[in-house]
Amino acid sequence: MREPTREQGLAIYRMMQLIRRFEERVAECFAGGEIPGFIHLSVGQEAPPAAVCALLGPDDLVGATHRGHGQCLAKGAPPDRMMAELFGRATGTCRGKGGSMHLCDMAHGVLGTNGVVGASLPIAVGTALASRVRGSGQVTAAFFGDGAANTGAAHEALNLASVWELPVVFVCENNLYAEFTPQSVHTKAGSIAQRAGAYGMRGVRVDGNDVPAVFAAAAEAVELARGGRGPTLIEAMTYRFRGHHEGDPMAYRQKAELEEWRAKDPLPRFRGWLGERGWLTDAERARLEAEVQAEVNAATEFARQSPWPAPEAALEGVYA
Amino acid sequence: MRYVKAIADAITEEMARDERVILLGEDVGAPGGTFGATKGLLQQFGGERVRDTPISETAIVGAAIGAAANGLRPIVEIMFMDFIGTCWDQVVNQMAKMHYMFGGQVRLPVVLRTHTGAGLNAGPQHSGSLEAWAVHVPGLKVVMPSTPADVKGLLKSAIRDDNPVIVVENKTLYATKGEVPAGEHLVPIGRAEVRREGKDVTVVALSRMVHEALKAADLLSKDGISAEVLDPRTLSPLDRDALLGSVAKTGRLVIAHEAWGPCGFGAEIAAIAAEGAFRSLKAPVRRVTPPFTPVPFSPPMEKRWLPDAGKIAAAVREVCA
Ligand SMILES: Cc1ncc(C[n+]2csc(CCOP(=O)(O)OP(=O)(O)O)c2C)c(N)n1
Repeated sequence: MREPTREQGLAIYRMMQLIRRFEERVAECFAGGEIPGFIHLSVGQEAPPAAVCALLGPDDLVGATHRGHGQCLAKGAPPDRMMAELFGRATGTCRGKGGSMHLCDMAHGVLGTNGVVGASLPIAVGTALASRVRGSGQVTAAFFGDGAANTGAAHEALNLASVWELPVVFVCENNLYAEFTPQSVHTKAGSIAQRAGAYGMRGVRVDGNDVPAVFAAAAEAVELARGGRGPTLIEAMTYRFRGHHEGDPMAYRQKAELEEWRAKDPLPRFRGWLGERGWLTDAERARLEAEVQAEVNAATEFARQSPWPAPEAALEGVYA
Repeated sequence: MRYVKAIADAITEEMARDERVILLGEDVGAPGGTFGATKGLLQQFGGERVRDTPISETAIVGAAIGAAANGLRPIVEIMFMDFIGTCWDQVVNQMAKMHYMFGGQVRLPVVLRTHTGAGLNAGPQHSGSLEAWAVHVPGLKVVMPSTPADVKGLLKSAIRDDNPVIVVENKTLYATKGEVPAGEHLVPIGRAEVRREGKDVTVVALSRMVHEALKAADLLSKDGISAEVLDPRTLSPLDRDALLGSVAKTGRLVIAHEAWGPCGFGAEIAAIAAEGAFRSLKAPVRRVTPPFTPVPFSPPMEKRWLPDAGKIAAAVREVCA
C-alpha cells in the first residue's frame, strides 16, 4: 500500500480545497447569471481527481468528463483561465468557444472535458497509443461516470486498451447516478470494476471519498502503466452533493441518502487523516485555505474583468 | 399550450389508444425527461411500457428496431441530436434499410425523438442541427415541427406511421406557447403549411426559424415587401407542390435554417426550385444559414452565429432589390 508523503498529502488537500471552493464559486456565479449555459459540478467528488492527478506529471494526460472542472484543476489547468472560459470570455482556455462541457487545456495535459458521455475513453486509448509509439513514457488517465460505463464507446475502449496493453488508467467516478437515473436502474452488476476481468485487465473498486485508498490504487495503476504493463480500471465510489446540473431540483433522491454521504465528505475525512499524522496543523490549514480562497477570488475577478470575445471571433479557427 | 406539453399529450393519447406503443430513453421514465416532455407517463402506463435506459444509444435504437420488428411501436429519445452519431449505424444501416432490403417483410414503426438548436449557450456538442443527415437517407421520414399544434399533430401521425420517423424538435421551442386544437388532432406527414400569405417572396423556414421568418415578414411589410412564409414541417418526404406553388406565385425564394449551409436542407430546397420553378424565378435564390463553424459557447459569439429575423429580412431585401 503506497501512502501519500506529507508533501503529496498537503498538495492533495490543497487541491481538494481548490476544487471545492472553485466549484462553489461557479455555482454562485451561475445562479447570479454570470455564467451562461449548462454547469455540472463535482462537489463531493474531489478525492479521485486530486489523488489520481497527484501521481501524474506535467506531460501526462487527462481525459475529463462533462463533470470535469475538478479533473482539469487537478491536472494543473489554471483556475483563472478556466473561470474565464466558464464565463465565456476571450481569455478563457478555449477563448470562449467551449465553455464548461468543452474545456480544454493542452498546455497542462487536459484533453478536454467532454459533452458526449463515454467519448473520453477511446480518445484516452489514442493518446496512450501515441505515448507507446513515441516512447514518451506518458500515462493517460481517463475519467468517466457510472453512466458512461454503459456506452458502447466505453466497452470498446477498455477492450482495445487491454489488448494493446496501453498506459491508461481508467477512473470511473461512480456517484450512483446517471443524470436522474440511479445506478440500480441502469446497471445490473453491482460493480463496474468487475468488468475489468472480462477485458483481461486489472480492476479495483475503492472508497472514492477516501483519499489514501484512491491514492494507493492509482499509484499502483500509474506505476504499471508507466512500466508498460497495461491499463487498470479503478472504480471510485463517491457521490455528488449537488444536482446533476445546476438548477436540478433533485426530486429523484432521498434526503437521508444525501445526509449519509455528507457525513462521508472527503474533505474533513482527509483533513482528519492528515491531522492524525500531525501533518496539518491549525495554522497550516488556515494558511492553505486562505491561499485557496485568494486564488479563487483572483480567478473570479480575472474572469469578470476579462473582455468578451468579439462576435466575429465565432468565425475563426475552424481549420488549422 | 406549451410545446413540451403538446409532446407529452401526443404520447399520452397514443399510448392510451394503442398498447403496442412503448417509450424508451435516458431519463424518460421516472424523471420525466430532461426537458419534462415525458412527465407522468411512467405513472400512467407503468414500467413495462415506459423504460429508463442506460446511456447506450446504440442499444436503445437497436432495441427499438427489434421491438418494432416484433410487433410493438416504440418511441425512443436521443437526448440531443448531437449524440446521434453514437448510434448512427442502427439508424442508417438497420432502421432505414430493413424494410426495403428484406423485401418488405418487416415494418419498423419506430419514432425517434430528438432535439436540435443553439441559443442556450450549450456549446459545440449540444447545439447542432443535423436534420440534413437524416433527410439524406432513404427509408427515414423526418419531421421538424415549429409550433405546439404541429408537434402534437405530427408526433401522433409519426406514432401511427408504419415507417421510422425522426421527429426533430428544438430545445428553445419547448417553453414556447401556442394554440393546440382540442380533441383528436393529427397533422399529416408530408404536408407543408403557409404560415403567412405573401406575394413578393417565398421564405422557406425550418423549426425555430419559422418564428424568425414571421418577424422578418413584419419588418418587411413596413418596407412594402409582402413575404410569404412557408413551413415545410416534414422534410422527408417533402411537400414539393407547396414549395413550387409558392415560388411560382411569388417569383423569389429565400431559405432560412439553423443547420449549416453546405449540403444543408436549404441546398435541397434551392435545387428543387431550380429544377421545378426556374422560369418563375425573378432573382437568384438566397440561403440564410449560420456560418460554417461549430456553434460557439460564449454569448456574443453564439448570438453572432445564429440566423435571426434581421438576417432573413436583409436577404429578402437583396432578392427584392
Ligand atoms: C452520448 C451521450 N448520451 C447522453 C448524454 C446526456 N447526458 C449528459 S450527462 C449524462 C449522465 C452521465 O452519467 P455518468 O456517466 O454517471 O456521469 P455523472 O453525471 O454521474 O458524473 C447524460 C445521460 C450525453 N451527454 N452523451
